[in-house]
Amino acid sequence: MSDQPQQFGIETEDLCLWYEKFQALIDVSVKVKDGLITSLIGPSGCGKTTLLRCFNRINERYGYVTSTGIIKLLGKNIYDDDVSLIELRKAVGMVFQRPNPLPISVYENIVFGLKIHTSRKDLNRVKLDEAVEQALTEVGMWNDLKDHLNRRAIDLQLEQQQKLCIARLLPLKPRIILMDEPCSALDVGGTSAIEELMYSLKDRYTILIVTHNMAQARRASDECIFMLLGELIEHSRTEELFLNPKDSRTADYIEGRYG
Amino acid sequence: MEATTPAESYTVASQRFVETNLVRKKLKAEQTAKWFCLGMVILMILPLVSLVTYVFIHATPSLNLEFFLEVPKKGMTQGGIWPALVGTVYLVLVALAISAPVGVMAAIYLNEYAKDNWFHRAINLAVINLAGVPSIVHALFGLGAFVYAAKFGYSIISASLTLAIMTMPVVITSTREALNAVPIAFREACWNTGATKWQTIRRIVMPNSISGILTGVILEVSRTAGETAPIMFTGAVFYKAVEKGDLFPYFLDEQCMALSMHLFAISTQVPNVAESMKFATAITLLGLVLAINATSITLRMWLRSRKKW
Ligand SMILES: Nc1ncnc2c1ncn2[C@@H]1O[C@H](COP(=O)(O)OP(=O)(O)OP(=O)(O)O)[C@@H](O)[C@H]1O
Ligand SMILES: [Mg+2]
Repeated sequence: MSDQPQQFGIETEDLCLWYEKFQALIDVSVKVKDGLITSLIGPSGCGKTTLLRCFNRINERYGYVTSTGIIKLLGKNIYDDDVSLIELRKAVGMVFQRPNPLPISVYENIVFGLKIHTSRKDLNRVKLDEAVEQALTEVGMWNDLKDHLNRRAIDLQLEQQQKLCIARLLPLKPRIILMDEPCSALDVGGTSAIEELMYSLKDRYTILIVTHNMAQARRASDECIFMLLGELIEHSRTEELFLNPKDSRTADYIEGRYG
Repeated sequence: MEATTPAESYTVASQRFVETNLVRKKLKAEQTAKWFCLGMVILMILPLVSLVTYVFIHATPSLNLEFFLEVPKKGMTQGGIWPALVGTVYLVLVALAISAPVGVMAAIYLNEYAKDNWFHRAINLAVINLAGVPSIVHALFGLGAFVYAAKFGYSIISASLTLAIMTMPVVITSTREALNAVPIAFREACWNTGATKWQTIRRIVMPNSISGILTGVILEVSRTAGETAPIMFTGAVFYKAVEKGDLFPYFLDEQCMALSMHLFAISTQVPNVAESMKFATAITLLGLVLAINATSITLRMWLRSRKKW
């Protein structure tokens, strides 16, 4: 497998998922490339969030969810016996629709992951300070926030909160970042700030972003996946998908004929 | 119709803003309902206020510092209530010390760890229903379980254990309410960074719910200060000789006096007790519970003000 020319960040084969009797994902087979931004579009309720949540196995928390099929991240099956949920979630960062900073200070938010995953004797103030500076620099907020590290994260502007949520993932050195409509609570300025941020991060991560906003998908992603009623309809380069969709349903959707 | 000019149609159309009979009727019903409900509030408060006032007025002749600090004298017809006051405080504090850790941990398990299956549903149902068990039943249970079976004898520890068991269901319920008030989004944010449930609870859930948990626990347990049957069966006595104003008159394996029990004794068992002494004992019990409640509410406000969201 390793000498395969194209590496995939995320790969699924015939992934099916049921919420009790309701099948929310139907035979989804997808290969998401590493080092690109891939967007996931589709009408409300088509299973975008569900698919995203499969990748860090957070769906399992609900007892009534069953799934079949294979999910590989970075070439490894995440249902293998030696996969630890904790390590998996550490390597797969998730950003939500509503910014969800923890009810602690900016500083504590960023080092939260480190503190949780490192034994206390391996942590020192210098290391934590470095991590905070690096993460905030990467999301472009170091200059704004360096004097406000003890502010409550909840008091930041929404855009800053969302950036903080991304910054919070970075010290754990994730390989994959999943974003579920990260801009839908933000205004235009906030949206373009997040998009720029994604762009600057994309080389080192596999980024998968769910969006309702087709203009955003078009602007900000290299590849695009279109889903409908739990099925993957089309997956191709973004220009390709928007300019000459192969499937008539994709065409209907991008012309705005579904909700 | 097309024929009407705009001006006319506006005059006609704007008539719909005018009050109609139906609206007038609805507004009247609205007023009636409001005043009726207010009436019920007054009806509810009136007896409470008059009760407290009545007790207070009758208690005044006996209410002074000596009454609180002095021990009962002359076959309990004279003197004060110190041993009973301290006894009740002891009983409540020990019950609190038992019931808080057990109840809070149990609530954390039920709320944060337990999956939704028949076993946990059964436990939840049991918790809810246990809250309705009459205190006399708890008293008998305490007598059998702690006094005899566990051989703690008639003692503060037996009585406090009984009180703790009695409040456990409400302690669990109030703790769960406090835990549920922490938004699920915070938990998900933690889990998504790979935090274990315990890390999530310790670092995020507990700090944000501790104010609610503490006040809930204190309020619920302080209610037991007035209980009589459970302690009468397990560890409270009519009379016990202690020093005036002694802060540590009892050991945990000894029996103690208690306000509720003392009130019962001087009201029904001992002849020739001044009326005002009975009322003063009652008002002390009332005041004690109020004081604990006030403390816990202050505690809550203080903790709230330090909350991060
Ligand atoms: N926890 C759940 N329990 C039961 N059904 C669910 C659950 N979550 C989602 N569903 C159902 O699964 C389907 C897919 O939901 P999902 O949230 O993945 O859609 P989505 O594409 O993210 O929609 P949106 O664009 O509105 O966010 C929907 O029909 C939804 O009703
Ligand atoms: Mg969604």
